[in-house]
Amino acid sequence: MAGKPKLHYANGRGKMESIRWLLAAAGVEFEEEFVETKEDLEKLRKDGALLFQQVPMVEIDGMKMVQTRAILSYIAGKYNLYGKDLKERALIDMYVEGTTDLMGMIMQLPFQPPEAQEKNLALIIERAATRYFPVYEKVLKDHGQEFLVGSRFSWADVHLFEAILMAEECKPDILSSFPQLQAFKGRISNIPTVKKFLQPGSQRKPPADDKLIAKVKKIFNI
Amino acid sequence: MTGKPKLYYFDGRGKMESIRWLLAAAGIEFEEEFLETREQYEKLLQDGALLFQQVPMVEINGMKMVQTRAILSYIAAKYNLYGKDLKERALIDMYVEGTTDLMGMIITFDFTPPKQRNLALIIERATTRYFPVYEKALKQHGQEFLVGSQFSWADVQLLEAILMVEEREPTVLSKFPLLQAFKARMSNIPTIKKFLQPGSPRKPRPDDQYVATVMEVLKKD
Repeated sequence: MAGKPKLHYANGRGKMESIRWLLAAAGVEFEEEFVETKEDLEKLRKDGALLFQQVPMVEIDGMKMVQTRAILSYIAGKYNLYGKDLKERALIDMYVEGTTDLMGMIMQLPFQPPEAQEKNLALIIERAATRYFPVYEKVLKDHGQEFLVGSRFSWADVHLFEAILMAEECKPDILSSFPQLQAFKGRISNIPTVKKFLQPGSQRKPPADDKLIAKVKKIFNI
Repeated sequence: MTGKPKLYYFDGRGKMESIRWLLAAAGIEFEEEFLETREQYEKLLQDGALLFQQVPMVEINGMKMVQTRAILSYIAAKYNLYGKDLKERALIDMYVEGTTDLMGMIITFDFTPPKQRNLALIIERATTRYFPVYEKALKQHGQEFLVGSQFSWADVQLLEAILMVEEREPTVLSKFPLLQAFKARMSNIPTIKKFLQPGSPRKPRPDDQYVATVMEVLKKD
């Protein structure tokens, strides 16, 4: 039955946030059902709704999709955010894997032992500044265009934007050596669908607080 | 200049092995350059050959591709192993992510200090989380291949995963008759049969020497 996509996840960013971003950027409205307790997760599992017993799960176009990357690729393909041919798709895939790695490090931080967190935060900032951001800065500088790939808004732009905002939450001036990325951030913020998602009251989730971390650890046995 | 794809990685499985499998299954010959020393790695870095300073890297069709999934998706699409439409691609992507997670556990296992290794968890996940899914998929449609009655990336990766787990626990497929039949069918596909023979580019199970080389080249503690 056609209708809005329905997202099943905890009431927080985690792996689902990139999916929320992409749907929002594509202008697609969606519903959410939050996993609040272990029982909620067990029910989904018992109902056979989770292919590999895991969330994220997104009900979309008659499918119960799982696996973050599979879901994102499907949305990108469906809403024309995946480039115009195989080579553009390859570039988008490479760029997105980079931002996925960076955001993955940030996502894991609250779940690491407190003693390791300071060191890991420093590593995140170092990686952002020396491994990831220089790549996207150079891409934009070399072709001089508005968007990362093929002169057209794509999944890669949405994902990079999300990563920039997350990295800035770790270190507010992290873009200080990256003028192209600063301009990119300004441009993407002004895209109407993105602008709307950035406003209070949207389905964008805040950074995890201690309460949410504790809840997630309990639900997922971390 | 077009030519065979060229793979840059250690002389071992790791993240490159799924790429070797897919190219081989597609009948594509490839070359390899093995990273044996820190100096080789630093040269690749200095030459700007590694987009995010990491391997795997594959030179293919004029691109220096990095990021395992990006490389695999490109190969799958280029050689018609990615289904016929968006929905089949979605299914293939989901199945492949599952086998990637399972094989990832095994890759990590060999780099985990012996005291912290947990083979039992891997076998439990294989037999209760992953293999039942593929057994059920084959049972429900009763066809030879996982998706769309056509050989795809999902089939190649599932075979690779089955063989990897069997190396650690030979009886792991005992409760999965359809996967046993699947394994036999896939093994007989000519390109795969060739890859399974001695002398192919398929790499053996990691040993201590391999682990030591990787740690040395990447300077990991």
